[in-house]
Amino acid sequence: MTAVITPAIVRAGEEVHLATSAGLTRYAWLVALLPLISAVVILFFGKRTPGGGWIWGVLTVGTGFVLSLGILWHFVTGGGPTGAAVDWFTIGTLRMQLGQYVDGLTAVMLVVVTAVSLCVHVYSIGYMHGDARFTWFYVALSLFTAAMLNVVIADNLFQLLIGWEVMGFCSYILIGHWWEEHVNSSSAIKAFITTRIGDVPFLFGVFVLIAATGFTTSNIQEISHLVAGGEVARGVVALGAILLFGGAVGKSAQFPLHVWLPDAMAGPTPVSALIHAATMVAAGVYMVGRTYEVFLHADPWVLQLVGAIGVVTAFGAGLLGLVQDDIKRVLAYSTISQLGYMITLMAAGPAGRNAAFFHLFTHAFFKALLFLGSGSVIHACHTNNMSEMGGLRRTMPVTFWTFTIGSLALAGVPPLAGFFSKDELLVALEHDHQWLLFWLLLGAAAVTAFYTARMVLQTFFGEYRGHGHPHESPASMTGPLVALAGATVLVGFLGFAGTGAPFFDWVYLEEPEAVTFVPWVALLSTAAALLGLAGGYAVYREWREPDPITRLGALHRLLANKYYLDDIYWRGIVRPVRDGLSAAVNWSNQVVLDGIVNGAAKVARWLSEGVRALDEEVVDGAVNGVGRTAGYAGAVLRYVQSGNVQRYAAFLFAGVVILAVIFTRI
Amino acid sequence: MSTWERSAITIATLLPLVGAGVIALVPRDRDRLVRGLGIVFTGAAMVVALALAAGFDYGAGGGLQFELNTRWIPAIGARYHVGIDGISLPLWVLTFVLSFLCAVYTWRYVPSPGKTKAFLALTLLLETGMAGTFIAFDLVLFFIFWELVLVPMYFLIGIWGSANREYAAIKFFLYTLFGSVFMLLGFLAMYFRSTPHTFDILQLQAYGAGGGFTRTFQLIVFGAVALGFAVKVPMWPFHTWLPDAHTEAPTIGSVLLAGIMLKMGTYGFVRIALPILPEGAKAYAPWIGGLAAIAIVYAALACLAQKDLKRLIAFSSVGHMGFVMLGIATLTDVGINAAIFGMVAHGIITGMLFFCVGSVYDRYHTRMIAELGGGLMQKLPYLGGVFTFVAIASLGLPGLAGFWGEVMALLSAYRPAEVLADQLPLFRAFMVAGGIGTILTAGYFLWMIQRVNMGTVPERWRESPFPDVVAVEWVSWVPLLVSIVALGVFPRLLIGITDGPVGALMGLFGG
Repeated sequence: MTAVITPAIVRAGEEVHLATSAGLTRYAWLVALLPLISAVVILFFGKRTPGGGWIWGVLTVGTGFVLSLGILWHFVTGGGPTGAAVDWFTIGTLRMQLGQYVDGLTAVMLVVVTAVSLCVHVYSIGYMHGDARFTWFYVALSLFTAAMLNVVIADNLFQLLIGWEVMGFCSYILIGHWWEEHVNSSSAIKAFITTRIGDVPFLFGVFVLIAATGFTTSNIQEISHLVAGGEVARGVVALGAILLFGGAVGKSAQFPLHVWLPDAMAGPTPVSALIHAATMVAAGVYMVGRTYEVFLHADPWVLQLVGAIGVVTAFGAGLLGLVQDDIKRVLAYSTISQLGYMITLMAAGPAGRNAAFFHLFTHAFFKALLFLGSGSVIHACHTNNMSEMGGLRRTMPVTFWTFTIGSLALAGVPPLAGFFSKDELLVALEHDHQWLLFWLLLGAAAVTAFYTARMVLQTFFGEYRGHGHPHESPASMTGPLVALAGATVLVGFLGFAGTGAPFFDWVYLEEPEAVTFVPWVALLSTAAALLGLAGGYAVYREWREPDPITRLGALHRLLANKYYLDDIYWRGIVRPVRDGLSAAVNWSNQVVLDGIVNGAAKVARWLSEGVRALDEEVVDGAVNGVGRTAGYAGAVLRYVQSGNVQRYAAFLFAGVVILAVIFTRI
Repeated sequence: MSTWERSAITIATLLPLVGAGVIALVPRDRDRLVRGLGIVFTGAAMVVALALAAGFDYGAGGGLQFELNTRWIPAIGARYHVGIDGISLPLWVLTFVLSFLCAVYTWRYVPSPGKTKAFLALTLLLETGMAGTFIAFDLVLFFIFWELVLVPMYFLIGIWGSANREYAAIKFFLYTLFGSVFMLLGFLAMYFRSTPHTFDILQLQAYGAGGGFTRTFQLIVFGAVALGFAVKVPMWPFHTWLPDAHTEAPTIGSVLLAGIMLKMGTYGFVRIALPILPEGAKAYAPWIGGLAAIAIVYAALACLAQKDLKRLIAFSSVGHMGFVMLGIATLTDVGINAAIFGMVAHGIITGMLFFCVGSVYDRYHTRMIAELGGGLMQKLPYLGGVFTFVAIASLGLPGLAGFWGEVMALLSAYRPAEVLADQLPLFRAFMVAGGIGTILTAGYFLWMIQRVNMGTVPERWRESPFPDVVAVEWVSWVPLLVSIVALGVFPRLLIGITDGPVGALMGLFGG
């Protein structure tokens, strides 16, 4: 048995095709495989490992991080993209492969994902200490990391899709980690279903592109090549692009499918940092950028729509960040808003795409920092509500300083990472003459700075308003904070024109593009940041109740109710389908369809009784006399009504024979 | 050809029948011996089947292997023609594996009212009938095996079922019989129309491909045969016997019903209806696709309304078989491969789901979602965890077996066969319906998990001393759980077997 079936796998292993691999890039698949091994090992042996299994996750992801830096080095030293693939299976003409495509973007993403994942793995040792499902948590964390890394290295859309959905599943189980609480499992379901609503169009987009290759491959490079060569009709490309974008709207929480992300904060905070801020939610952006040739060669309306959805999300979610009391929800809306920035920039051509990736890169570090910082605060205060915090800068100095660095980066204050990437975004829009998007994102930047100031002031300044005695978190938690804060200070310079902007030598679409520093844009974006911070300081420099934001009246109500989108979805879609439509369908099944079946059975029985009675009276009656028939017929009737199946069968077969004879004569 | 090659199929297929006879001779009070014999005979048959699978030439493409074609009933031209190819091999082997696992499961659980002897003898009889259907290349032989399945299943439901068992058993029997009458009619029509008269599937196939059957004939006969298969699958709207049968059947009855029996219908389409009557297939394909699309959405919506766990899973089967039928309706190699993958995956996953529900019922003595009240993963972490995992597999998570059948069926609907080119928009609409179905499917399974597996244990169960998954359950489940992962990660294990013969078969449709 094995001898016959395994060769398929063994053969695949030998077919490794190292066309242009060089340096450590050929081991990119190992970076993804290691956490998968870790997940399996922790699942089966985690409870028997001292410490509960975290060591496997930390070791494998740590190794992956080092390896990723080595892979990035290949591009730092001017190396080119490499690829390799093994055959997976063939169905009809469609050849499915497992492969990796490693360019500068892949390398950067590998570093980002492993770095943040490593921080979260370490941080969770302290944060999840004593949790009933500590080991299981690490299984999911490692599995997630493997799935995300698979998305990053995938050279074809099916492989990407698998990582994509497995990530979604990990997100589901981690949001619902504390599933004893109904609200947590509901949030998990909401996240899974909402993103799947985007995933179905994504899948169909993959179909469109596979069909465009003549049902031969889903290889991204081949598809890009085909599309860029103008061999596919623009309309088809547009259809493929817009369907693919559906997946990004779901995964990257863009309007109108963003509603799952704030609720996803029901999960443990390290999960929010890793999955719902730094990596998985960025996968939508990554996918769009990875398949960018498809978007670029589609009808122009596609990218215009992408830009419109991005900017609506960036601005709309930013406003929602103003009215939240839950610190994680502030960060969640901020994440949606920042993802909106990245999506918006996809509308600004290859330069915009690259700028979006730079923002994705810096955002991953400072947003992971902010989430882990908020986790540290929550760990200390046992609440998510900023109204029950305050004054924590004295009791939690490390958390305070690192959180402040992250906040200033988010606000876009120079020279922190967020400033440089936001500046690049605006420059790209300026170069592309996308003025509407330019001004709207600049406005959104001021909003960002405003709610950031509010968040920091309410959490760390004034007097402590909660209960108990908050204290600084253990080293396993503050260590990652310091590391991420360091990254937040440094990584911005990688995209700064003054340092030669090496990031853009690694991440580019076709040719590296020269990065220019536009002083007036930098001034303008700094001014927007400072204006927002100053506004926030003016309103929130001391604790006031009720929150001054409530004075906005109707606007505040609109924001507090999240534009009523959740209500519309719940009352307009979920309830009618789940309770109404399903009940109607069940009724149609029980009453209509089954009614026909039971009715037919009744008629058949009634007929057979009639036939039998006729039989008794006419045939038997003639033979046995009328007197005996009554009793006999009664017995037969009981026989039929007892549901004797053989008798029905005999009847039916008699019918068949008759029909067959008739049939063969026509 | 060696004796082994000529007789292997027959040995494996008839071993359970022999086992049923042996068990019938064992005294009634030797309960353990009876159960042991059940395991021995299903196990022996499985070993023969696996040995055959090991000797199977996977590179051969379309031809029959282990073929035996000999005189049987000369008076009506029926021959004992059996053989196996890449299309039937997976289903045939699955029959033996699932039956064996069911026999293992029975080591611990014999449903009320006991009568282990009869229970196992009938199960073995059922196994022979199911296995025989997948190897028969003579229509009379096929029909006999097909009908042979009905009787034991009728008694399994009617005797060992739950409260409403008699209604369910009779409904199952008569409905299927009703369908098979038309199927038999179609078989007879093919026999009388072919020259020379033959029941041989391969000869009929060659005859049909040579244009022997007129279009009108094909339209009528395809309709008749398809009705018989459609009831068995079951396709919407002929599915209403299934939820009742499943709900009332004992656990292993449900496992075998969902795991194997439903596939007899879809297999019939692939093996008989499509190749022999290609013109008919072409004409009916849009209708079949339409009913399949309806089934997917309809079943998913019905699932949302179910209060009984077993009934929910029964309805989910209707939806999953909808994906299988959608793949078949496209008349493409991708679609048929997807269909076979879907059949096997559904057999493993849904069989496993029924095992889980059976074990839940065995402990709680209720299957009502509201009465279970949640907290299964808290009360019984392993059972709850396995159940959750299998439900996730059933909703089609990539990396697990349920994914490939569904996604490839949808892919094939994006571009159906050349002969259906003018129906392209229709099939794309089916694809979209299928996509919506996957969202609803995720919805009802996750909702089920939330209500049954998550949450806290209700007061009434808190003190109940239920055992978690026991050794016998692990033994019968682990092979299925491993298969779910293995087929998800290495779909070539299955597609590698089916792709060749399917390609040969589908040459008929230019797809």
